[in-house]
Amino acid sequence: MSTVRTSPGLLAAPAALFLIVFMLVPVGLMLYVSTLERGAFGGVNWGQHTAIAYEKLLFERDLAGQIAFNSDYIAIILRSFRLAAVTTAVTLALGIPTALYMASLPPRRAALMLFLVTVPFWTNLLVRNFAWILILRNGGPLDSALATTGLVTPPLDILYTPLATGIGLTYSFLPFMILPIYVALERIDRRLIEAAFDLGADRWRVLSRVVLPLAAPGIAAGAILVFVPCLGAYVSPELLGGGKSLMIGNLIQAQFGASRNWPFGAALALVLLLVLLVALALLASVKRRERLAS
Amino acid sequence: MNEARHPLRLPGTAVLAALAMLFLYVPIIVLVVLSFNASDMTTIWTGFSLHWYAQALGNDTMLVAIGNSLTVAAAATVLATAAATSAALGIARSGGRVRTAVEGLLGLPLLIPEIVTAVALLMLFVLVGVRLGLMSVILAHTVFCIPFAYYPIRSRLAALDPALGEAASDLYAPAWRRFLRIELPLLAPGIFAGALLAFISSLGDFVITYFVAGPGATTLPVYIYGMIRTGITPEVNALSTLLLLASVAVVAIVFRSGTTPANQTRGEKTS
Repeated sequence: MSTVRTSPGLLAAPAALFLIVFMLVPVGLMLYVSTLERGAFGGVNWGQHTAIAYEKLLFERDLAGQIAFNSDYIAIILRSFRLAAVTTAVTLALGIPTALYMASLPPRRAALMLFLVTVPFWTNLLVRNFAWILILRNGGPLDSALATTGLVTPPLDILYTPLATGIGLTYSFLPFMILPIYVALERIDRRLIEAAFDLGADRWRVLSRVVLPLAAPGIAAGAILVFVPCLGAYVSPELLGGGKSLMIGNLIQAQFGASRNWPFGAALALVLLLVLLVALALLASVKRRERLAS
Repeated sequence: MNEARHPLRLPGTAVLAALAMLFLYVPIIVLVVLSFNASDMTTIWTGFSLHWYAQALGNDTMLVAIGNSLTVAAAATVLATAAATSAALGIARSGGRVRTAVEGLLGLPLLIPEIVTAVALLMLFVLVGVRLGLMSVILAHTVFCIPFAYYPIRSRLAALDPALGEAASDLYAPAWRRFLRIELPLLAPGIFAGALLAFISSLGDFVITYFVAGPGATTLPVYIYGMIRTGITPEVNALSTLLLLASVAVVAIVFRSGTTPANQTRGEKTS
C-alpha cells in the first residue's frame, strides 16, 4: 500500500511513543513535582507551588521559621563531584594507555582483549561492587596480603570510607572509558601516523600531535560515560562508602524512602540532570572543534 | 606490520594495560574462588565445596526471585526488541530530521543517570495509579532495553545492501513479504544480539528495579542486595558467580555473532 511506503517513519512510532510516555513525560513530571509542596504523609499537595525544595539545597528553617545557611547538602553534592572527577581522572590515566596497547595488538589478540574488557561491562553492577566488599573488609585478602609484607598493621579500615567508594566507582566504570577510546583509535587512518613518522616525528610527538588529537572525540565520550553515571552513582557509595560518604544518588533515594520528601528528591534529580546537560554541551563543543579542525 | 615497531606501541602502555586487566579481574577471581569455599567464614579458604551452590539453589525465596527476574527479562526483551527492530527499519528509510529526533530519543535512557530514571518512573507510576509490581518493572525495563536492542540491529541494517530490498519490491513483493523473506532473515543476527543484550541488561538491573518493584516483585539483584545488607554469607558468592557466568556466556555469543558491543558505536563501519 502506498501509505506504508510514503511514511516509513511510522515504523519508529511505537519505540518513540514508548520513550516519550515513559522517559520524557516522567522527567517533565519530576520538574513539576519539584515546585510543589510536600504532603504531610509523603507525596505532594497538588497545586500548592513553592520554591522550598530548591531553597532546601542551601538553607534550612529552624523551628522559629528563621532561615539559616546549611552546608550539609552542598557538602554531599561537592563530594559527589570530587569522587566523580577523581574517578574520571584515574580511569583516563589507566584507560588511555590500555586502549593504546589494545590498538597496537594484532587483530586476534586485540579481539581477545576487547572481549576481556567487555565482560565486566555487562556483569551485574551489584556483583562487581560486592566483590570489593570481600576484598576490602578487615581480615579480607587485601588486609592479609599487606600484613604479610609487614609494611602496615591490620586492620586497614578501608571499607566504608570515601576511598572504598572511589575504588568501587573506578572498577565499575573503567570499561566505559577503555571501549570508546579504543574504538576511536581503531578508526584513525594509519597513513596519517606513518606520514608523521616519515616526516621525522618521534613516538611521543606522534602521540601528542597526531594520535591523541584524532582520538579526542573517543576520549571525551569516555570521560562523559564515566563522569555522568559516577555523579549519579547509588550502588558503590551505598555498599562500599557506608554512612560517611553519601553521594547525590543516596540523598535522592532517601527522599523517596525514609525522608518522604518528593519535591526535594525531584529537585536534586533535576540538579543532576542539569549537570549532565552542561557536560554534554562541553562534549558537543569538543566534537565541533574537531570537525572544524579537520 | 611488525608488532614491536607498531606506531601505537609506546613504552609503559603494556605495563599499564596489564595493571588495568589485573584490576578488572582480581575481584572477579576472588569472588569465584570464595564461592567454592567450604568454610562459612567468607574470606578464609578451608577447602573445595559446592555446598553454597546447593544452598542457594534450594532457597525458595530466591527461586521466586529468579522466576521474577526471568519473567521480567523475557517480557521486556520481547517488547524492546520488537520496538527497536521496527524503529531501526523505519529510521533507515526516513529523512535526516526524523532520524536525528528519534535516535536522540532512543539514546536517552543510556544518557540519563539511572537514579533519575528510577525516581521519575516511580513518581509517574504512583501518580498515574499503576500498581507497583511485575507490570511496572517490565515497563521500566523496556525503557532501558530499547537502546540496547536498537544499536546492534542498526549496525546490521547499515551493513545490508539496500538493493536487496529494492529488488524484492521491483519483483512486486508486498511490504510484509519483503520484510519476512528478505529483511528479517538478513537482520536476524543483529536482532539476536540486540535481544541478548537487552535480556542481560534487564537481568542485571538493580537501581531502577529497586525503586519501581514494590514488595511482590523482588528480582534476583534486589534479593541479592537484601542479602548483602543483612550480612554477607557465601551464598551470595555462589549466586554472584552464577550471574557472572550468564554475562560471560551472553558476551561470548554476541562476540561470535560479529555485532560486538564496541561496534555499536561504530555504526555504519561495521561489516
